[in-house]
Amino acid sequence: MKIKFVPIILIIFFIAIFIFFYKGLNSSSIYTPKINLEKEIPNFSTRVFETNKAINSSDIFVDNDFYILNIWASWCIPCRAEHPFLVDLSKNENLKMIGLNYKDNFGNAKNFLDELQNPFDIILLDDDGTIAIEWGAYGVPETFLIYKKKIIKKIIGPITNEILIEINGLVK
Amino acid sequence: MKLFKFLFIIVCLSSFSISSVKSEDTQSKITKNLRCLICQGQSVYDSDSEFANSVKILVDRKLNDGLSEEQIYLYLKDKYGEWILYDPEFKKNTYFLWLMPILMFVIGGAIIFKVFIMRKN
Repeated sequence: MKIKFVPIILIIFFIAIFIFFYKGLNSSSIYTPKINLEKEIPNFSTRVFETNKAINSSDIFVDNDFYILNIWASWCIPCRAEHPFLVDLSKNENLKMIGLNYKDNFGNAKNFLDELQNPFDIILLDDDGTIAIEWGAYGVPETFLIYKKKIIKKIIGPITNEILIEINGLVK
Repeated sequence: MKLFKFLFIIVCLSSFSISSVKSEDTQSKITKNLRCLICQGQSVYDSDSEFANSVKILVDRKLNDGLSEEQIYLYLKDKYGEWILYDPEFKKNTYFLWLMPILMFVIGGAIIFKVFIMRKN
């Protein structure tokens, strides 16, 4: 009896392809970035929001404390939603709050803070968005929890109540 | 002397424009090979999003700092992972992707060859 190899190989081949694509249907098509934990913080130079003085990151992250770096802008709607949570976080005495004002206009940013309160110990400027790229950020808002000069948590999008509880739990 | 000065200026200007064109070419080449992570199927070069514009500025700055194309890819890969690169590496997760066309070519070739032999016989 002559075995027909070609049809058998073709059938196996198409079954394999079917299984592969069928599995692919169930996996999410939305890209979720790997949140790189325990990464060293980047070294960068910028200016301070209100004084316009030049500053280096090594002068900001001096201690082995907990820091929050929040990337925000006055034109960003979700930033407005997350702002009360940042104000809440600023009450935590073990946390130092650093803001990174992303591609913003000084007047608008100032009005934003006057209206909603300033939770930051220091605000840095990122006029062209390159400092956010140095941090591996995608846009605004984005928040980094830093401990011992390493990023231990990265929050893409606005801070929610659950995240606030989680951060307060971590920072004691 | 005047002619010498004139020639010197011409040489300076032309070398400056050649180098800037070269760096612009490299910038375009690099940004075409980078995926805009917040866009739908666009490269950093094609996109006009805030993210893409910042990456373009950063690539320009890194080129001016003297980083090579490969070093820039490595730098961005370290920040955002391999997904930012359009050219995936040959590793466990991408074996299927890389070997599939070869496999299809071999299987297709074998089928054609078999049919051809059978007809001949």
